[in-house]
Amino acid sequence: MKYLDEFSDPDLAKKLLDQIHEVTTQSWAMMEVCGGQTHSIIRHGIDQLLPSGVELIHGPGCPVCVTPLEIIDKALEIAKRPEVIFCSFGDMLRVPGSSEDLFQIKSEGGDVRVVYSPLDALNLARENPDRQVVFFGIGFETTAPANAMTVYQAQRLGVKNFSLLVSHVLVPPAIAAIMESPACRVQAFLAAGHVCSVMGTQEYPPLADKYGVPIVVTGFEPLDILEGIRRTVIQLEEGRHELENAYPRAVRDEGNVAAMTMLRDVFEVTDRSWRGIGMIPQSGWQLSEKYAAFDAEHRFEVTDIHTVASPLCRSGAVLQGLIKPHECAAFGKECTPRKPLGATMVSSEGACAAYYTYRRLELVDAHE
Amino acid sequence: MCLAVPGLVVSLEERDGTQMADVDFGGVRKDVCLEYIPDVQVGEYVVVHVGFAIQKLDEQSAKDTLANFERMGVLEEEFGDGFALAAKQAGVEHEAATEGASR
Repeated sequence: MKYLDEFSDPDLAKKLLDQIHEVTTQSWAMMEVCGGQTHSIIRHGIDQLLPSGVELIHGPGCPVCVTPLEIIDKALEIAKRPEVIFCSFGDMLRVPGSSEDLFQIKSEGGDVRVVYSPLDALNLARENPDRQVVFFGIGFETTAPANAMTVYQAQRLGVKNFSLLVSHVLVPPAIAAIMESPACRVQAFLAAGHVCSVMGTQEYPPLADKYGVPIVVTGFEPLDILEGIRRTVIQLEEGRHELENAYPRAVRDEGNVAAMTMLRDVFEVTDRSWRGIGMIPQSGWQLSEKYAAFDAEHRFEVTDIHTVASPLCRSGAVLQGLIKPHECAAFGKECTPRKPLGATMVSSEGACAAYYTYRRLELVDAHE
Repeated sequence: MCLAVPGLVVSLEERDGTQMADVDFGGVRKDVCLEYIPDVQVGEYVVVHVGFAIQKLDEQSAKDTLANFERMGVLEEEFGDGFALAAKQAGVEHEAATEGASR
């Protein structure tokens, strides 16, 4: 157990692991939905500390990774325009479009800015009334309330030179899509903690019922993940499939009611394409009719987009948990963080980036 | 991206009709919108995602998590200079980051 001393409380980590080993009598495959959890797992070697048959399948919960290539290309086109200040979270800068990324657009003279909060972008719009300020509004349910509030404020304050390029995605439809796939091996889910901080847990019991899978709301720190796995294995061994909240310190069953009220006002559910996966019905949010004037896709009418995806990149299979990152032939060869073929290699939540950062050397050793 | 970091509410301020706070994340101070956790008081801890408080958190849990995140380098990722991080990853000189990075 080479990594145990890296846990904040090695004794508790050992206790949780001992319990997992004690209750496990057979092989189980569970998916951690969230890419932040994937990084925590690989970094701390949690998967290597589990009983040999207990497998963690890495899920699609990296919003940067699943943002469709077409939207990335649109973002790049908009960011090139001289009248535009294009604002984004830093995680988006190196996500490859068909031929470029935002980082390159910036070095070629585009006014691309990294902001901490979408409200910073709204402030930029107020300070620069002669410019068009666009914020790249991607993310899961955790991030959507921030973008919703920003659009609400833009309307309330009459900031007409602000707009949002929206590509929001939702966790429950992704869980359903994974379970409906014929290749599905997933027997349980660790649900993403902060998504549930916002949305609560009510959406998950019907999924647990319908697909017969335990769903355990899990935090992001190594001990949280061990606790989520422990509860999941116990449910699997006992033949139960229920929703459990293993992250109660930050997740209330009812979620954040004020945030959900704002989400319902600003956004409406829509079909969304997921990069590498394809269209998932009713799996995202777009601006509702009332706020359509703030939609950057309408404001800039970028139409002439011809996406070119890398023929080598298998990030879609990685995002669906069908292969592990190093099982892609391009991993660490044609595809590295320096020259990525897919977003999963550069996002701080991408599974390929996690394997490259924390496992590269041992994977190469094993191969040789 | 779904990372949320606990922080201590240092002071409250209403700005343009919006409830904002100065929040301390283990030494890094940020403006945070409190509209989704309206009953929070100075001295309490909140879980913050991209400048918005989304839940309250007890003090001990908040301190433990902050210590953990600091050890794991998460705070640098969340509050560091996005262009510098991107430049490092791309293996290029950090030239583009000299202006406009408000992160």
